[in-house]
Amino acid sequence: MAAIIEVRDATKRFGAHAAVDRVSLSVAEGEFFALLGPSGCGKTTLLRLIAGFETADGGSIAIDGTDMTGVEPQDRPVGMVFQSYALFPHMTVAGNVGYGLRVTGVAKSEIERRVAETLALVKLDGYAERMPAQLSGGQRQRVALARALVKRPRVLLLDEPLSALDAKLREQMRHELVRLKQSVGITFVIVTHDQSEALSMADRVAVMELGRVRQIAAPDELYEHPNCRFVAEFIGRINLFDGRAAGVVEEAGGRRLIVEGAALGRVGVPMNGASAAASALAVGVRPEKVRLDAAEPDDQRIRLQGRVVEIAYFGETSQIMLALDGGATVSAALTNATRSVRPGVAVGDVLWASWDPADTLVLET
Amino acid sequence: MRHDRLRSWREDGAAFWALTAPPVLWLVAFFVVPLAMVWLVSFAGRGPQGQVLPVATLENYARALEPIHLLIIAKSVAIAVAVTAICVVIGVAMALVIAFAPTRWKNPLLLLVMLPFWTNLLIRTYSWIALLRSEGLVNLGSGWLHEAADALLGLVGLDGLMPAFQPVELLYSTSAVILSLIHIHLPFVVLPAYAALERIDRDCLESSLDLGATPAQTFRLVMLPMAMPGIATGALIAFILALGSFVAADLLGGTDSIMIGNLIQRQFTASNDWQFGAALSFLLLYVTFALVWLNAARRARVPS
Repeated sequence: MAAIIEVRDATKRFGAHAAVDRVSLSVAEGEFFALLGPSGCGKTTLLRLIAGFETADGGSIAIDGTDMTGVEPQDRPVGMVFQSYALFPHMTVAGNVGYGLRVTGVAKSEIERRVAETLALVKLDGYAERMPAQLSGGQRQRVALARALVKRPRVLLLDEPLSALDAKLREQMRHELVRLKQSVGITFVIVTHDQSEALSMADRVAVMELGRVRQIAAPDELYEHPNCRFVAEFIGRINLFDGRAAGVVEEAGGRRLIVEGAALGRVGVPMNGASAAASALAVGVRPEKVRLDAAEPDDQRIRLQGRVVEIAYFGETSQIMLALDGGATVSAALTNATRSVRPGVAVGDVLWASWDPADTLVLET
Repeated sequence: MRHDRLRSWREDGAAFWALTAPPVLWLVAFFVVPLAMVWLVSFAGRGPQGQVLPVATLENYARALEPIHLLIIAKSVAIAVAVTAICVVIGVAMALVIAFAPTRWKNPLLLLVMLPFWTNLLIRTYSWIALLRSEGLVNLGSGWLHEAADALLGLVGLDGLMPAFQPVELLYSTSAVILSLIHIHLPFVVLPAYAALERIDRDCLESSLDLGATPAQTFRLVMLPMAMPGIATGALIAFILALGSFVAADLLGGTDSIMIGNLIQRQFTASNDWQFGAALSFLLLYVTFALVWLNAARRARVPS
């Protein structure tokens, strides 16, 4: 697949602070790409660099094979949807959507046709003569999308497009965006701080921290194979234990790394590409991969014994937190798979938490 | 939603009246009553010595519409329109500069706009005399430039080529009146226009650029319409104040630069014709009310 956006070593400084620090990434044509990270990680600045609202202090950005250095925002083949939607309050919905065509001298009849067509695409037929103030949040979002799409950009940039909506509407707009993406077939680049948004919609996600890209991968890859402690902790929940490498053993299933840690004891885990020489490691396991038993499980599983200190009920799952000797805790997520079964666990129970060594993440810190 | 500690005035009448009565009484005694008196006088008859006679008549208003007075009114409106138009052009430009200046420059720049307010109107008007009179700074300055140019030409043997310098008569003209009124009323346009520009969501401007509009199109199609309520309010204030002004025309104007304000002033002093002065005052007030109402109606039509 050809790259539609090619970012090489892009850097943007505000004073002494590098908001975007030597970022390189490439987005494939037709991809749904997400920039994910906590606030202040530089994801919005990176998006604004791509849109041309900021000028990079270093590196280059190419769109569709053309270097964008010195190209004004109005001349870039990208459309942007702003977090605030930024609708023009003094224009009707049709005026807003047709604006980009009007300022570039498209014929009136053509404008009317394409505005109607695009409003139908975002399911806003019949709203053409309304003013933005008369619309709900979700409708304004659709107008903002239509306004950017009517110009048929090669890339649609979306800055936190769902953050202003309430939870139910956000869920609905999520499906809507994926549907829209499929029907127009262009590349979407979305900025979000909400991991569930990024994971559920995007083909690939770039996780950013302090102006740098930490990992670029497909959602499942990010979740199951994070490349560092930051990504592992930022995406989903995880139990992490500090430890250090204490040698490698050859076994039937492959090479195993022996890790020693205060809470963990001495365990053998798959190598996962971790260095056997690393003195400080974090060993992690996702809560839903942890099983709870009253009796000590069979020998293959990594196990820890602890006392139940907290049961948090989330509806579809319950999170059980065990306190281990020495102060560490381990959480297990149990699916409430049937109506009748409450997890047969009570605060104070002493249980075994265990998981398959293959589900263990070994992260260098 | 009602805050528990904020009680309705219905529940706490004593406190409400204790706080409201003084200003209301003040307004009634020193504004409503005198205004009502002037209004009554505008319908009164005039005795041989100018006495106010308790006769109801529309003659005073009829006199205001005589051609000679209509001409003064028309001229005043023309001056006020010119002043307002130039104030809007300069004021919006100034407001733009301030709104897009770096943050640390905004307050100093606003202070510079406000500064003339702290100077007495008469002093501001007299300072224009100092600038514009025949021996004023403008003429002295251009005279000096003229001499300098002459001296330069002299160096290349072209002395005597330029005609002798003649001071330009700038003072005592309608232009001088307009110049001074622009100076006085500019802040009334700059401040509301600045407030309106400052409120515009920067995303809207970036969005316009992103959609392919040039900066000039963005200014014309997005910025100006979004700031229009503030600009219109500023223009309205400037127009009303300029229309009713009389100091500038008095001190800087020529014999034909008389404005409604001067006409009214004259009726209450030299002409001793309060009835006619009152009628003229109220005509001005009716025009003002109509304009304010039009502006309010226009704003109500545009949903924000």
